[in-house]
Parts: sequence; structure tokens; C-alpha cells
Amino acid sequence: MEEIKTGVYICHCGLNIAGVVDVEEVAKYAGKLPGVIVSREYRYMCSDPGQDLIKNDIKELGVNRVVVAACSPRMHEPTFRKTVEDGGLNPYLYEHANIREHCSWVHDDKELATNKAKDLVRAAVRRVCRHEPLVVREVPFNPSVLVIGGGIAGMQAALDIANGHKKVYLVEREASIGGHMAQLDRTFPTLDCSECILTPKMSDVGHHPFIELHAYSEVEEVSGSIGSFKVKIRKKARYVDESKCVGCGDCEEKCPWKVPNEFEVGMAKRGVIYIPFAQAIPNVATIDKEHCVYLQKGKCRACEKACGANAIDFEQEDEIIEVEVGAIIVATGYDQFDPSVIGQYGYGRHDNVLTGLEFERLTCAAGPTEGKILMKDGREPQSVALVHCVGSRDQNYHEYCSRVCCMYALKYAHLAKEIAKADVYQFYIDMRCFGEGYEEFYNRLSEEGVNFIRGKVARITDEAITDEEQGKLVVVSEDTLLGKIIRVPVDMVILCSALEPRSDAENVGKILSINRRADGFFLERHVKLDPVATPTDGIFICGCCEAPRDIPDTVAQAGAAAGKVLSLMSKGTVTLEAATATVDESICHGCGRCEEICPFSAPKIVSKDGVLVSNINEALCKGCGSCAVVCPTGAIAIKHFTQDEILAQVEALTEVR
Amino acid sequence: MAGFEPQIIAFCCNWCTYAAADLAGTSRMQYPANVRIVRVMCSGMVSPLYVLKAFEGGADGVLIAGCHLTDCHYIDGPVKCDAMVAKLRDMLHVLGLEDERLRREMVAASEGVLFARVIREMVEQLKKIGPSPLKARTEALA
Repeated sequence: MEEIKTGVYICHCGLNIAGVVDVEEVAKYAGKLPGVIVSREYRYMCSDPGQDLIKNDIKELGVNRVVVAACSPRMHEPTFRKTVEDGGLNPYLYEHANIREHCSWVHDDKELATNKAKDLVRAAVRRVCRHEPLVVREVPFNPSVLVIGGGIAGMQAALDIANGHKKVYLVEREASIGGHMAQLDRTFPTLDCSECILTPKMSDVGHHPFIELHAYSEVEEVSGSIGSFKVKIRKKARYVDESKCVGCGDCEEKCPWKVPNEFEVGMAKRGVIYIPFAQAIPNVATIDKEHCVYLQKGKCRACEKACGANAIDFEQEDEIIEVEVGAIIVATGYDQFDPSVIGQYGYGRHDNVLTGLEFERLTCAAGPTEGKILMKDGREPQSVALVHCVGSRDQNYHEYCSRVCCMYALKYAHLAKEIAKADVYQFYIDMRCFGEGYEEFYNRLSEEGVNFIRGKVARITDEAITDEEQGKLVVVSEDTLLGKIIRVPVDMVILCSALEPRSDAENVGKILSINRRADGFFLERHVKLDPVATPTDGIFICGCCEAPRDIPDTVAQAGAAAGKVLSLMSKGTVTLEAATATVDESICHGCGRCEEICPFSAPKIVSKDGVLVSNINEALCKGCGSCAVVCPTGAIAIKHFTQDEILAQVEALTEVR
Repeated sequence: MAGFEPQIIAFCCNWCTYAAADLAGTSRMQYPANVRIVRVMCSGMVSPLYVLKAFEGGADGVLIAGCHLTDCHYIDGPVKCDAMVAKLRDMLHVLGLEDERLRREMVAASEGVLFARVIREMVEQLKKIGPSPLKARTEALA
């Protein structure tokens, strides 16, 4: 074994360190520690002359381990690793002692601070002798990407990547792409038609030479890691040959069975064989297996007779498609909160208490009422109440703000006035009009004569106590500006329901090894500085699966996620974490506890020459060390954070000087 | 117990609490110089052995601090750390070490104030309960 020759360098950092810590004394002390052959102090170690000291000592004195005591390693560890590497050593034969943030800046007693600095340096010297050279590896990056979810977020991300001539596999669970935005009629605050801006994008996605669209499909399994994920996609049987179907709709017309139409939020019916909406991409019919009388009971086949293209195929089965990609973008969107759980609002009990999305469909020319705002009895409402924050900003349901409700409530207020000439009452807690043109839209609505009432609605009832309230829905609320309880009789109530995580977000998180926050949305790597990455390398999130947001923010995030992926592809290779877990196979029993505890599925128990041992996939391992803690035999070590190293450091720190 | 200065070893996760201690530094918050920080990548990486080693060496208190449950860089490190600490406490009781000597905290990168407060509180508490009984025993053996 080579002789350990450690060089120790104490940085003054001007007076930042030297003003409190006696750097000369620390350097003198370090020089006497076992294994140290040179110990110096210098005004600014991170400067070029400071770094040259290290490089020269490596060349001329044969220094083979380096300790720098300076600022936080989070600041300059990478700098000095590079210095050490430039000097001809492995960059991991380096240890950093933090004597600024953790010492001179937090203690003003010179003696105590100097003693602490000595301890930290001693521990670093003790640890650095145990460091092993590590190799940073580069592996090729597969230049294709999987996008999960075909709403506006997923489509935008897919188009941004495909326009860079990189292959995209876009997987959408529903029969058509489009997502929630396809259900919207107009978008705030410009009131431009949602379909007019969305359909061209849908069409681009459907025809793009670099996008392989898998609609009516779900991601079933993801394995591998950044640069080379393997993905299994289940293409669900439509019982319709996509290559033959021309989307004429004759089958749906002849289908004798009708079920609630999901696209119209249950306010209209569709055939059991159906095309979800007129602009659907792909524009092909799908048989809803659960309701199909032929598939369930063996009799009917009316669609088959109606189809001129011979596209119906009752023999079709689910198909598993396997693809390989370098990165994954998750854009799975949101679910709308079900307001029926708030009993006092009477949703589901009172005919004319609607959710926002239901009202949206009423205002749409292609919707169930052809754009007329009608009550269940067919009359136009003369008065409409909008209830904000239903399920949002409410500790009983979701504590967070759903961000879009204030603005869509304003849009509905405008539409109720414009289309039905109704009086509008908005019950709000706070108006949150934060985006471009939003505050202006709010001012416009105030001028249009909308009644804004500040207060949280207590209940919605049909029990009249005055003649005026007879046959009406009465909204009971506090008006916090007047400081009294008010009762407002109206014909229709719209509940601005929260946006919440998809009901299967937990499962999707498991498939992808990505985590969720306490609110159930997917967790970003850093809330401010890395908002579209996840802690799992190579997997990105955008749109409402990360948190509620409006269309402009969703599109911006989708572009950001696409940009991140394109930058990875442009580099062409992935750098793997060097400080990963390693197994000493001679003492591993193959018990599998590492496999159970690892959140990244890095260890796998394999049979080697008939003996079960743990095998770590270094591409997946993040070096978190939880496997090493549970390993009963001590076979697993985390490189650069081995038990031996940490114990040596702890021992050094507790020694009497 | 006049003049007794407790010795504390703190295991801090790289992403949250180590950064919080850095923040306490950049904000020039003063706290007692009784603590020595060991950087680990994750609170879930702290083996009970490390804590026992610290006590064996004569530490009067040990702090294990890392990310909050939902902030973990490695998904669920704090959960594993909590489980380890729960088991370890039993072992410390057997050794005659008081509960206060092992402190488990979640301190986010932005919580420099909290980090400084935790150290102040620990030092105060340890001054009250005095030196580790283990130290006296190991010294007697030496």
C-alpha cells in the first residue's frame, strides 16, 4: 500500500475565517497530525495562486491526499476536486473541512472557534486517508422520450421535443388526446375559444413524423434509469381496427345502447361505441367494453353491420408495446374535486347546483345545450351564484389554493350575464387575479355589474323562509365586509371545485419511482430552482400533476421540461453518481433487505455460481445509504461514505485534543 | 456542574440540515461552539453504530437532523431514520443514557434559525443533565 502523504491547506478567506480562527495555529497543529507531510495557510485558497499551492505540492512533494479547510463544501468542494484532478490525483482523494459557515461565522470566541477548527481539520485528515479513488462514468443517452398524458402539458412537451427531430412516444389513457382543455369552451382572461387554439396542436401531434401516439394506452412498467429507461405500454383493445376506421360515426348512430358521456361530464349520452368528441385525435371509434352488450352477453353486433369500412374487430386484444427512452415527462393532469362530499352545498341533491366543468359544457356551442345556459327544467336562470374555493383553501379538504378558480369564476360570471342575462353573485374569500391581464379582467367584470360578496358560503338550501325565496336555491353566507349573515336566492349555483391529484397518482408515482408531496401532487426536485425535475434523474413533471395551474403556466412548464430533456439529449451521455453502494459478495447472504428498502430499485438479489448475492445497478443507485444501514452482515458500503470513514471521522471529533 | 461544556456530534444530511447550518453561518447567527457536524448524504444513512461510536468516544449528546418527511432527496430517508432512532433509543436506555442525549430533528435548508435554536437548546439541556455517564465509565476503564 502506498504511503499516505496528506497536504492540509487552511484558508483565511480574507478575514472571514482569519478574523476569528487563528489560522496559523490551526496550520501548525495540522502539520503534526499523522500522515500530514505539509500544512499551509493562505489568504484565499480558491484563488489561482491558492490552487497552485496544492498542485505544486502534489507534483513536488508527492502529496497524495488533500484537505482544504475553508468555506462550505457546498460552495467550493467541486473547485478543489478539480484542482486535485488537475494536479494529477483522483478528485475523490480530497476532503473539505467547513471552518467558515460552521465555525468562524457562528462563533465569536476566538479560542473556542480555533479549537473547533482544529477538531474539524483533524477529522478531515483522519477521513481523507480512507478515501478511495472513484471513477465518474458516462453512459450513452437514448435520444428518445416518453411523454405520459396527452393534455395541453403533454402535447406541448411532445411537440417541443419532436420539433427538434427527436422521437417522442406520447401515451394517453383516454380514447383521444386533448385532456381537460378540450372540454373548455373559452379561456380566461381573453375569452378566446379553447378549441380554436387547441385543435391545431392536437392535429400537429397526431400527424407529427417524430411523435408516435399511443392513445387509449397506459404505462404499465418502467425500469432502467436516466439515459436508458425501458417502458411497457398497454395498448388497450378498442375492438376497432384503427387503420381501417375513418371516423364517420355511423357505428355510434346505429348503436342501440346509450351511456353517460364522460366528455360532457354526464350531461349527455353517447353510444357504447363512440368517438369522444368531434375533433378527437385519433379520430377513430372505440367500443366501451364494460357496457358493450355483445362483449358482455354475446348478442348485438349492430355496429359491425353499420360499419362500411369493416373496421370492427371483436377479436382484438390488449397489446403490450415495449419502448426504450432516455427520459420521461409526466403530464398526467388533475381530477376535479367531487363537491358532493360537502353535504351542505347540496351537489347531487339540488338539480341546479353544478360544478364548474358542467357549467363550462353548458356554455359550449357543441355541448349538450348547444351553448344555451339552461336549468334542468329547460328555463334560463335569471340569477346565478358562483361559490369560490369549494374544496380548496379549506382544512377539511385541501389546504392549497387551486389557482384557476377565481379566474374561471369571473369568466362564468361574464358568460352568465352575456348568454342568460342573469344577475350574478360571486361568493369569494379573496380574489386572486395574479396573471397577465387577470386583474384587468376582474376590473372589467366589476364594471359589468357582478355582485361580489366576500365570504365563505355556509350552505345552499331550497328551504324558503320568505316568498322571494320560494322555488329558489338560497345561498347562505357571511358577508364579511358587512359583518352579517346574508341569504341570496338564485336559480343556479356553480361550485368552483378544487383541482386535486389524480386518484391513481400514488400508483403512477410507484411505477415511476417519483414521490408526492403531502397534498398528493408530484414532488419537484427543488421548489424554486428545479421546478420541473423530480428527485429521480431523467424524469420530469409539468402541468397540473405537479400543482394546480392555469394554461399559460402549464404551457411554460411543458416547454421547460422539454428544454431540460433536449439539453440532456444534446450532451449525448449521462454522468453517473460515483459515490454509490457496493457489495462485498464474500459476506453477502442474499437476504434481500437492501432490495426491500431501496426506493430506486437499485439492488437486486441474483444468483452467482449458485449463491444468492445482492447486485447493485450503479445507474440507479443514488448513494443514499439506506441499504448499508439495514444490511445485517455489513456487506454493503457506500463509496466515499463508508462505515470505516464515518467512524474514523466521529472518533477523531470526540478525541481530546 | 459549573464549567461543564457538553460535546455534541451532529449528523446532518447534505441537502437540508447541512445547508441550514450553512445558512445559519451566512446569516451570522451565533450559537454555542459545542457542536461538531458530520456531513452525511441522507439522515437515512446514519447507522446506529455511528451514534454509539460518538457516545463511546465521549460525546454528551448526538443530533441526527435531516430533511422533513416530504422533502427528502431520496424519497423516504427521514422515515427510515425515524425507525432507526426508535430502535436505537431502547439500546441507549440499556446503556444508561438519558433520552435527551439523542435528539432527532427535521430542519429544512431554509431553517437556519431553527438549526441555531436546536443547538442552543441542546447545549442548555445537556448542561442541566451533566456529562454523559458513559464518559465517566470509559474514563474509569482507561
